[in-house]
Amino acid sequence: MFDYKGYGHFLIEGAQMTIIVAVLAMALTIAMGLIGALGKLSRFRWARRLADLYTTIIRGVPELVLLLLIYYGGTVLLQHAAKLFGREEPIDINAFVAGVLVIGFIYGAYATETFRGAFQAVPKGQIEAAMACGMNRRQIFWRIRLPQVWRFAIPGLGNVWLVLLKATSLMSVIGVEELTRKADLAKAPTREPFTFFISAAFIYLVFTAISDYGRHWAEKRANVGVRRA
Amino acid sequence: MEPAGLMETETPDLWQRINAVFDLQLIWNSLPALFDGLLLTIELVAISLIIGLIIAVPLAIMRASGKPWLSGPIYAYTYFFRGTPLLVQIFLIYYGLGQFQWIKHTVLWAFFREGYWCCLLAFVLNTAAYVTEIFRGAIQAVPHGEVEAAKACGMSWALRYRRIILPRALQLVLPAYSNEVIFMLQASSLASVVTLMDLTGVARVIIARSFAPYEIFITIALIYLALTYLIAWGFRAFEWQLTHHLRDRPIVSTGRRDEPKPEIPTPTPI
Repeated sequence: MFDYKGYGHFLIEGAQMTIIVAVLAMALTIAMGLIGALGKLSRFRWARRLADLYTTIIRGVPELVLLLLIYYGGTVLLQHAAKLFGREEPIDINAFVAGVLVIGFIYGAYATETFRGAFQAVPKGQIEAAMACGMNRRQIFWRIRLPQVWRFAIPGLGNVWLVLLKATSLMSVIGVEELTRKADLAKAPTREPFTFFISAAFIYLVFTAISDYGRHWAEKRANVGVRRA
Repeated sequence: MEPAGLMETETPDLWQRINAVFDLQLIWNSLPALFDGLLLTIELVAISLIIGLIIAVPLAIMRASGKPWLSGPIYAYTYFFRGTPLLVQIFLIYYGLGQFQWIKHTVLWAFFREGYWCCLLAFVLNTAAYVTEIFRGAIQAVPHGEVEAAKACGMSWALRYRRIILPRALQLVLPAYSNEVIFMLQASSLASVVTLMDLTGVARVIIARSFAPYEIFITIALIYLALTYLIAWGFRAFEWQLTHHLRDRPIVSTGRRDEPKPEIPTPTPI
């Protein structure tokens, strides 16, 4: 049954691409999550409103719809914009860029909640102690809060990563050649769709299992030096 | 429609100007078709959730049994369906089963030939896997003392589950289960990938004809958004009902002002 008929390298290339898009999207997710959390905890009402709007909308709309909206809607919008500047040639948004941006943007909303919780989990006494030492707000952020946020955020971020990794399969719909798309491409010439999709599924499972292991390791690593009751 | 072309003949009124940028007329005309799509979305989600729940409860009981030969295979099942993308699962059933010639000769092929049944099967298996784990967690979280008390009262295994463990687990499971319902609603948009005419599928067809992607996608995004928060709010209200006996009794003017007032639950982001 597992005869790849010379198309086995499709799975390897696809797996590599999946890792690349997932890692890039995760980087954006963390950046958006930090920005979103700072917005939610901001002194300014407009920042809190904006962050609330961000998480509310993103979490209420399917990933696929957002992906298609940005990819196709964005293309049309850019063409309208180009027309205003007198340029008529068709514009194509790069699927890879659009995919990474959308997935990162979406999971940034979930990471926002994780980071918000993590920022709030930093003990108040430490902030007060830092103030008593004469640190200003910026110093407190960089020296006290940010270094500890990771510790509280790692379990949540681990979950986000696991979901994000699977969500990268949606990019196949707009033509990014990641694992799901590659399996889809191989199914016609080999006439063995089951073989390729079950193989892809097991590759995702391996990634999940490794991530699970990595999360345990990161949690342990982040909590070095923390006393346990 | 070209705004410049309109200018030559007559001055466009406000309605035409808006429609040139954001085609409200098209949205209005598409609403009936989108409504049909919405019905299919709701149908898919409702059927898969109901069947998924029926499958998941016995599986969760077996998973929580603590017997490796019973919980092991079920863990393998839930691990596979929770660890792989739903889209791959749909493809695996929709395209994959056709690889086996013998299936094509059985009566099953009448089902697996159609995207509808393939999607439904993938959704059911997927949601059952998630719900099994949610319920297992809840069953194991039922306070030990309650189970012991039930044993001390001489309740049999079945009676314990029926009277004590499952009702308690149901209550514990609600927040996580509401997330699962919302997840299913959003995941159902994947049905459009195998050409089903659900809300997203209808939208994609309209867009292919009209080439007005952002108008239509924003419209269905708003519909999904409304449904999501409706579900979240509904579960909140249900949970509020279920936990009635656990709340503080309403205060009948004791003169104390620092007692917390019972709050009406408000929908919060999930």
